[in-house]
Formats: sequence, structure tokens, C-alpha cells
Amino acid sequence: MSGFTVIRAGTAPDLPTPATPKRVPHRGGAANPSAEALKARFGDAIRRVDVVWGETSVTIDAAKVLDIVRWLHDDTSQSYEYLVDVTAVEFRDRALPIEVIWHLRSIKYRRFLRLKGLIEKGNPLSVPSVWAVYKGADWLERECYDMFGITFTGHPDLRRILLWEQYAEGFPLRKDFPLRGRFSRAEQLRQALSANPEARYSMEELSIADAFAELPLDMRERIKHGESTGE
Amino acid sequence: MAAKRTVEVELSTTGIGADGRPQRVPLVAGDTGGLALQAPPALEPELEGEHMLINIGPQHPATHGVLRLVLELDGETVVRCIPHIGYLHCGFEKIGEYRQYNQIIPWTDRDDYLNCVGNNIAFSLGAEMLFGIEITPRCTVLRVIGMELSRIISHLVWMGTTAIDIGAFTPFLWSFQERENVYNLLEGWVGARLTTSASRVGGMAADIPDGWLDGLKAFVRAFPKTLDECDRMLTKNAVWVGRTVGLGVMSPEEALNYGLSGPMLRASGVDYDVRKDFPYLDYETYDWEVPVGVHGDVYDRYLVRMEEMRQSVRIVEQAMARLPDGPVNVDDPRVILPPKHKATSEMESMIHHFKNVMEGPRPAIGESYVAVEAPKGEKGYYMVSDGSAKPVRWRIRPPSFVNLSAIPKMVEGHLLSDVIAINASIDIVMGEIDR
Amino acid sequence: MGLIDAPAPNVVSVEPAHSEGWITTRLDFLVNWGRANSLWPMPFGTACCAIEFMATAASKFDLARFGMERMGYSPRQADVLICAGRVPFKLAPVLRRIWQQMPQPKWAISMGACASTGGMFDNYAVVQGIDTIIPVDVYVPGCPPRPEALIHAIMMLQKKVMKDRMSDTAARMEMEPDPESQLYIPPSRIDALSQQFGNSIPQTRSGQ
Repeated sequence: MSGFTVIRAGTAPDLPTPATPKRVPHRGGAANPSAEALKARFGDAIRRVDVVWGETSVTIDAAKVLDIVRWLHDDTSQSYEYLVDVTAVEFRDRALPIEVIWHLRSIKYRRFLRLKGLIEKGNPLSVPSVWAVYKGADWLERECYDMFGITFTGHPDLRRILLWEQYAEGFPLRKDFPLRGRFSRAEQLRQALSANPEARYSMEELSIADAFAELPLDMRERIKHGESTGE
Repeated sequence: MAAKRTVEVELSTTGIGADGRPQRVPLVAGDTGGLALQAPPALEPELEGEHMLINIGPQHPATHGVLRLVLELDGETVVRCIPHIGYLHCGFEKIGEYRQYNQIIPWTDRDDYLNCVGNNIAFSLGAEMLFGIEITPRCTVLRVIGMELSRIISHLVWMGTTAIDIGAFTPFLWSFQERENVYNLLEGWVGARLTTSASRVGGMAADIPDGWLDGLKAFVRAFPKTLDECDRMLTKNAVWVGRTVGLGVMSPEEALNYGLSGPMLRASGVDYDVRKDFPYLDYETYDWEVPVGVHGDVYDRYLVRMEEMRQSVRIVEQAMARLPDGPVNVDDPRVILPPKHKATSEMESMIHHFKNVMEGPRPAIGESYVAVEAPKGEKGYYMVSDGSAKPVRWRIRPPSFVNLSAIPKMVEGHLLSDVIAINASIDIVMGEIDR
Repeated sequence: MGLIDAPAPNVVSVEPAHSEGWITTRLDFLVNWGRANSLWPMPFGTACCAIEFMATAASKFDLARFGMERMGYSPRQADVLICAGRVPFKLAPVLRRIWQQMPQPKWAISMGACASTGGMFDNYAVVQGIDTIIPVDVYVPGCPPRPEALIHAIMMLQKKVMKDRMSDTAARMEMEPDPESQLYIPPSRIDALSQQFGNSIPQTRSGQ
């Protein structure tokens, strides 16, 4: 079996030798060149550019994120081929908008870029999914949906990932969610224990196993009446 | 559904290919030569049957924690794999919003509990960015030692448990023997074996005690020998090679697109290491190599991890040689507690102590994402501050979460028994995946 | 075989004069002695404590010295459940199911602060002590406990097993709480009782 061709990092010409950042200013400093390129390419969709602690944050129109990310990924002068993270931030000041954050890296140019999409309070929590460009966004977006309730339109399978499907208390990382949950301990435990661990197949999995009709009659009866198995 | 199935039963021994890499060579019985390789005559028509649904986990020794995999099997071949996670979801990120920066450090021990020191230091680096603190030269070097020791013990657990999954028990005992040596060192340094909480914002929990470096020197001298023994035991072992070569292949482009990082990404042939490309703690001044695989299979991941341990030893040796004298903690009363005798005798120190403990240090408004090269991959801490003593948002960028998300892609088409080897090669830690 | 002095309790008495190898003992003692020295553990390892459990099972501490050579991993062939690590609510029914699958007699060790009390995870996701789900025999403090602490717990459990009496079936009875019984406390009452200890809904510590 012949091997793959190795992709080297930092192959773009005229890159400085990477070094540990020292004495980084709080605000200001050199912005990532991609910010200027984004402004030139997308105009109004780029709301503002900040450089905080040496990292460039580009605030964008969240509805355009898929176009922007696709361009950043495909354009050879940018080539952001690596999606680091998708997450969100809600501030303690409830009037501030919720921020959806995309962290991108360009391996070729050794660049780091943060994209921010703002969702004003009261608007539907919905942004386009970047799964079409980065397959790695699959679980990251599902987690963001699970924790914040942000819907990523275009995601192939957006359902809860860390908490269970029937979780009734809400979205834990929202600021209106108390640290210990909405329900009492006893109620949380009751709900958790009443769940049948074998019943947590998604509908997709159940469709794989649709051998239900072929089970013996008595077994079908028992399963129908919710009898748990295996004890 | 009558999908075509082949059940491959192949006895094999190891040969060395032209590129010096072990290859599977089928055993052929004596004179019959090529006859043994001919397909047997068809005795019965292709069997038809239904796909089977099999559930592994959440409590299963080969899932390295509480991962649950639902597999759709056609005979013994995996047609589809649906992973379920979240069985260890403990709300780390929510708790972080209710704790001061120094108070979060014990939680960083417990998210990736194989790499405690590394996580402590990664978090401190992120918080120091928010506070605008430059750490002292001695602290920088001590942190490098801590991070590399932590990488070694994490890879050792990986080697031991993966060897158990594939059928060898001895490497587990050897690797835990070495882990005990590192535990002793960590215990001498910070007082804990596993959950160390070794660093603080602006410094370390403690300076190394007298004579500690001698213990480290002894470890660094002895450890490569154990590594060589494991190498001799596994690298050209027919069973090991047969059960790892060609499994779970990810091409470099796919690996990047799926967001893999760490040894998973490098085994696929992407020469990306946070320590080289986005350095921190002066890693660019050390002399070491990034091992890169070109086949992207389980075997290359094993080779990459083994080589990383050797490189870590190199880095630790250089760090020991250059360890400067001087203070460990920065001279900044905002974040560092005054020494006890001053806090009880000087008014100013007592005020600093009181304010530091009761209110907590407050960083400027801003945000920082600091990533380090953890044993599993790119581990990042993203913190957002609104100027108060507790972060608005503490986000852990979990490398093994993203690595695990590619498991359906990797296992589909392989045999059920290979799922275990592929899953082991990802080096998952559920504490970090579910947080 | 002549009459011998009444042996001290729990001492196997052997009459060496007769080579036929008679021993007399209490049946309870013999059975318990066998059980205590060949406990088959079922490691329910979830988090950091599982790593210390692995260290205990490895060569330096060597659990095999306690007759625990055989790691069960199958609840149906195990005697003692060692719950090592935190148990979130999502895992609670799984733990309950595994406990129910273990045959009697069975024991449980809760290893570490998180399994015993919820530990440092006092939040929406984590069960505050596995004794709200299954009965626990020995609690091991520590975060995570050192291997010595786990070994101590196992030795304590062995002592407990040695005191088991076959005639006493009450210890092995498992009951679901009956809402009709006088002993039943409804969840709302438990909440009201535990409210003052902070173990309930209101969470006022803000993030300021």
C-alpha cells in the first residue's frame, strides 16, 4: 500500500518563522490579512473587525456564514482548511445579543481567524450550518444546539448529543438556566430512572431494526406493554 | 437485502515491505502453494439475510469509558455506525461560569483526566492571556516539563489499553509501571498523583522540591528502555500488525475536513502540530521533530504515538538542561497570593490576600482562545470575560470529541472486531468528550 | 474422631490425628471465607477514578492478591460492583440496570467523591451520590482515591462479607418504595426537607 502525500503546514511563501507571542497588547496590533480580504469580497456582510489579545475577530452577518466560510475554505489565497470549533456565547447582560463563534485555522498560511455572528434577543436562534464545507462541524453544531438551542439550518441530523432526547429542562448553557437545573433533585432522578436505557434508540436506528413484526406473538405483547427486558 | 459479503480468514505472518514497513503475508501450506489461495467452489448460493443491529456500551471494557456504539451489521461487516455520547456529561462549562479563574483549575484536571498537568497549564495560559501576564522564564520551562510528562503518561495509558483490546496484556503492566514512576514525581512536586491542579494563573502551584530533577533524570534515563521493550514486543508482532495495518484509513484531506487533530491527523499525513505551527511556552526554541505517518491507519497512529513519546523525552532533557533559577510566580499581586508570613504581618499584603481570595482577580473585558497540543490533539480553552471575576463563558475545545465524530467514517466497511481496534486508536477520553 | 474443645467462632477445627482430613466448621464461616477471598469485581469505571482503579489492578498494587484477579465486565458473573467515577443522570438507568443484573449476594463499593456524593459536580447533570440509585456498602473518599484507599475499602468489604449470615435474608431483600407504606416519603417532601441545605432548585449564586 503506497502512502499519502504529506500535507505540510506553512507552505505559503514568505511566512515568518512561528514564535511564541510575547507582550501581546489588549487591543490593537496587526490584524489577520484575511479580514481585509473578507471586507473586499463581502462588503456589508462584514460588520466589524476587532483585534483582541492578538486574535482577529470578524463580526459577520450570521445569515451569510456559509458563503463566507466556503470562500475562506476554497480560495487559495485564504485556504482555511481546518475548522477548530463552533460554539456560542450568551452574556450576563440579557440585552446583549447571543454570539455564535466559528474558530478557523489555515494550515497553509498559519493563520487563526474567529468569525462571530450576532443573534439579537427576540430573533429566532437560527444560523446556517457549515457542515457542507467542514464535516467536522457535525457534532460541534449538534452540541451547540444541545447546550444553547441554536438551530443550524442545513445540518443533516440536528438532535441532542450530550443530553438525552427527552430532556425536558431546556438548554443548560443559557443564562436563564439555573446551575442545578430547573427541577428538583428528586424529580431529576425520577425522570432519569424512569427512562428505559434500551429505549434510547433514535427513530433512524429503530427503522434499521424493524424486525418487530417478525417477533413471536407473546414477545410482541410483552414489549408492547413496556416490559423491560434483560433483568 | 442481499449485499455481497466476504469473510476474510487469513492467517498471516509479518514480512518487511520495500519501504521497511511490516506487511501481512498470508501463510501458505507447503507444496500446495497457490492452490490454497484459490477460492473454494461455491457450495451453496449466496445467503440472504437481514441486517443485524448490535449495541456496544455504554458499559463495555473496550469502549474506554461510557461510549455507546450502535452498529448495523451485514454478517460481520459494519454497514453503519451510530455513536451515542453524553453518558458522562457533567456540565463543566456551566460550572466554569460560576467559579473564579483559579477555582476552575481543578475542573481542568477532570475533563481530560489522562493529561491533568497539560490541561492545568493550558487553562493557565488562556487565563494569563486575558490578564495580560507574562510568566517568568523558570515557570515557562517547568511548564514544558509538566506538559511533556503529561503527554508521556497519557500515551502510556493509550498503549496499555489498546494492547489489551487487541489481545496483549503485558504492555499494560509495563506502561503502568512507568506511570507509577511519573506519579511519584508528580506527587513530589504538587502532592497529587492524578488530579494535580499543578498550575495557577501567573505561575505554578509549587516550585519543584530539592533533588526532584535527579528523580526526573533517572526516569528519563530508564523510560526509553521500557519504550524499546514495548517496541520490540509490538511493532513487528504478527498479531499486532495483522490487526492494525490498513484499518480505519483517513486520507489527509479527509482528516483535515473532519477536524481531526493530534496523532490522528499526523498519522494521516498532515504535518500540523500546535507546538510547531502556533507555538507557546517557547516550544520553537527546542530541538525536536514532529512524527508524521503516511498511511492514516491504526498502525501509523501507533507509530506516531510511540515516536511522540521519544520526542517528549528529548524535550524534557533539553528543558532540564536549561532550567533557569529565579522565581516561579510572577510578581503581580493582582493574581498571585502573597507569602503567608507577609499576609499575616504586612497590611498591604493582607489586603491583597483578602481581595484575591474574596473577590478574585478581574481581567479586562475581552476574549482569548489558547490552544495547546494535548496528547489527543488540539486542546483549546476559549474564555470570554465581561470584566468580572468569573468568565462569562468557558469553552473547552475537546480534541477527542472531534476525533470521535469521524468514527462512522472510519469503521464502516470493516469487520466488527476491527471496530474495537479503530476505536482504541482514536484515544478517546469520555471525560473530555462529554464534559 | 474424639470430641474436641468447642472452637472459637470462625475457626476451622481440624483433627490432625486422623488422616482422613475431617474438618468441622460453621457452614456460614466456610461459605463467607470462600466468598470474601474470591470476590469478582464488576468495574463500572466512568471517569478519573477508573484510571486509579486501573493503577490498582496493575502490577504495583496488584488486586489479584485479594482474589480479585478476574475482572468481570459482565454483571451476571460478578459479586461486587465498583463504581469508579461520576455518574450523570444519563447514566443512572444504566447503573441501575447493571446492579439489577447482578446475582445475589452482591455488594457495591462507591469509589471517589463524585460517586459517593456528587463531589465537585453540584449541578444539573450529575447524580448526587449513587446511593440514591443502588445500595452501597463501602464509600471510598478521595478525588480520586489512592490505590491504597481502594484496597482498604476492599478489605473492609471482605470483613463485612465474613459477617454475613445465610439465615438472615433481610439483608439481601430489595424493595422498591411502596407509596402506600408509612415509610414512603414523596419526592416533594424530600425537596422541602433538603431545601435548606441548598440541595434544591433555587440557585442564587450568580456569576458576578
